[in-house]
Amino acid sequence: MKTLRPILILGIVTIILFGGIYPVVMLGVGQLMPEKAAGEPVYHDEQLVGFENIGQPFDSSQYFWGRPSAVAYNAAATGGSNKGPTNPEFLSLVEDQIDSLLKYHPDKEAADIPVELVTASGSGLDPHITPQGAVFQVQRIAQARGMSEEEIRSLIDQYTEDAFLGWFGPSAKVNVLTLNLALDAYTGPK
Amino acid sequence: MHTEILGIFLIFLLSVLLAWPLGRYIVSVFQGEKVWSDFFSPLERWIFRLAGIDPHQPMDWKQNMMALLGTNVFFFLLAFLVLVLQGYQPFWNPVGLGNWEPTLAFNTAVSFTTNTNLQHYSGETSASYFTQLLVFCWLQFVSAATGIAACALLFQGLVNRSSATLGNFYHLFLKSSTRILLPLSIVVCLLLTLGGTPVNFEGLQTVTTLEGDTIQVAGGPVAPMVAIKQLGTNGGGYFGPNSTHPFENPSYFTNIVENVSILLIPMALVFAFGFYLHRRRLAMLFFGVMTLLFVLFVALSASQEMSGNPNYTALGLADGQPNIEGKEVRFGPAASSLWGVSTTSTSNGSVNSMHDSHTPLSGGIFLLDMFINAIYGGVGVGFINFFVFVIIAVFIAGLMIGRTPEFLGKKIEAREVKIAALVVILHPLLILGGTALSSYGIQRNPDVGWLNNPAYHGFSEMLYEFTSAAANNGSGFEGLADNTPFWNILTGIAMMLGRYLPIIGPLAIVGSLAVKKPVPETVGSLPPESFAFGAVLLSVILIVAALSFFPALTLGPLAEYFTMGK
Repeated sequence: MKTLRPILILGIVTIILFGGIYPVVMLGVGQLMPEKAAGEPVYHDEQLVGFENIGQPFDSSQYFWGRPSAVAYNAAATGGSNKGPTNPEFLSLVEDQIDSLLKYHPDKEAADIPVELVTASGSGLDPHITPQGAVFQVQRIAQARGMSEEEIRSLIDQYTEDAFLGWFGPSAKVNVLTLNLALDAYTGPK
Repeated sequence: MHTEILGIFLIFLLSVLLAWPLGRYIVSVFQGEKVWSDFFSPLERWIFRLAGIDPHQPMDWKQNMMALLGTNVFFFLLAFLVLVLQGYQPFWNPVGLGNWEPTLAFNTAVSFTTNTNLQHYSGETSASYFTQLLVFCWLQFVSAATGIAACALLFQGLVNRSSATLGNFYHLFLKSSTRILLPLSIVVCLLLTLGGTPVNFEGLQTVTTLEGDTIQVAGGPVAPMVAIKQLGTNGGGYFGPNSTHPFENPSYFTNIVENVSILLIPMALVFAFGFYLHRRRLAMLFFGVMTLLFVLFVALSASQEMSGNPNYTALGLADGQPNIEGKEVRFGPAASSLWGVSTTSTSNGSVNSMHDSHTPLSGGIFLLDMFINAIYGGVGVGFINFFVFVIIAVFIAGLMIGRTPEFLGKKIEAREVKIAALVVILHPLLILGGTALSSYGIQRNPDVGWLNNPAYHGFSEMLYEFTSAAANNGSGFEGLADNTPFWNILTGIAMMLGRYLPIIGPLAIVGSLAVKKPVPETVGSLPPESFAFGAVLLSVILIVAALSFFPALTLGPLAEYFTMGK
């Protein structure tokens, strides 16, 4: 009993401290930044249309498409493909992606496709593509929306995010959801 | 492209610069000097009184070991019970998740108690908020504190001049949690929340997408758990895909914060060794040996990932594109490689890209990192593992110059070398034994359905799983369908042996060193600070890892590499 007491008490006290008080206090402090604590939700006409950093599925031709997802952008059960780089099954998936992209972009060829458009992300929820990945889709969207390619290109430019502080990390990326919201809100050249 | 390289330099430099003052602070905490965090002492005193612990009662290595094992057994039992009974308690369980299957509960309870965080479940679909916080978040603190306390005992044993007492485990354990892990977690949690990592109890939220579909998005108290998962080299993610998930790791900024958090305490403990023993030059030598390997591994992995997969080019894609399968656009291949090497060298095990989808050599580097398991290493235990290599190196150097091996003024004799050798052999035994068993299983019944990838890569999946378990890492080639009784039980056992024997062995070594009479250093003794000793140490590490594991590496990653694009 003499050795059990410290063990039991230390166990229970640390549960209360680190499993209870710590997260609840951090939750409280998080409420000082409600936007952030909620995961940066995006509302449109007071309806929750997404979270800024959570990619969502797009497949109609009037929108920019994101990357393939191993979980079809299911944000309640996320994950990657976990396919190895030499797995024939994986390579045939990539091939299918290439074929299907080329079908919807008949003016392009495989060598024009940025690699992220045909490979799945680790989370299955990657919200970004590269600006090249967006430019690749310009003609299709212009046709579907009756906009000029120039207008869409300038939207892409406008929503291209620089590296962190301009110096660190991937040099350019575009958030697909943000860009699509901008497309919907677009009212013509300024 | 060059901003990606700058990014990984920034992360590495930040880690080193912050680890230095942290190492000094950790030593002050261990030695009970006055520090800014002394406002915790009333709370600590109250806990000690409640628990009937005299924090200043010195204990020898065996008493400390019993305390360490006792607390850990209790942690495990408690975690196991909560998991198998999860469905019965309605509190903090908005989605109504049920009880866990016993072998999965066993595996998971062992995994979090041993600081491994191998996850054969997916957080958002099987763990309630109650489980996530009161079991996982709690164990991430106490398992890390166990490791740090063990490291403090080791330091004291090396300082001792003929005294058997190493300090008080309970005292060091509690202070490691309140003075080191808690303040750092609060800071990191705040930074993550600022960066957009959510912290809420919203459950599943329904979103209507722009195209009119309805999707469910899982949220939760993510930021507090991610903070401690990184700092305590735990690695157990809130969500299934860990820090690739945009809620766990929303931006390059949070990626910097998290990657620095992975490296911070392991690096700081190497510096702490120098401050504690007043052997700063020796600490720098250790740090140098570790860093040499670390930088080499990052360079190799990053160059492989950035130059891509030749199979893509064969499909008609343009040349020179990176291997971005399983990676996030916001991190890019360089930061994914740095993270991969950081997480495998420190036995953290969280991922920001899917290791299963890395190119063969990059995956092989991650394996090698875990075979060594002492490049900075897990909090506390990393340095303890490194210490075992030091003992072996001292012994071999002693043989080479024909003198009785000695380290820090103590003779290293048969008993110490035997223990060190046994600890070194344990690692390949667990890994290769386990991989052999599972390979045999597949051979007998090819339809068992474990593997997500065929051929060499499938072998790597099994090798990686046992390596990760034995090294208490927790990352995986996650394609492996590992939630089966076979994998749950076997890796559970590997985690236990791989955790406790490498703590007990080295503590037994310092326990016996602590009472030895110091021998004066003479011109004939090999100064451990010398370049020559550094070279011996590096060779020992490489030879031990290469000799034991080279055949396995050949069958998996190397074979895949050489047949790639053919």
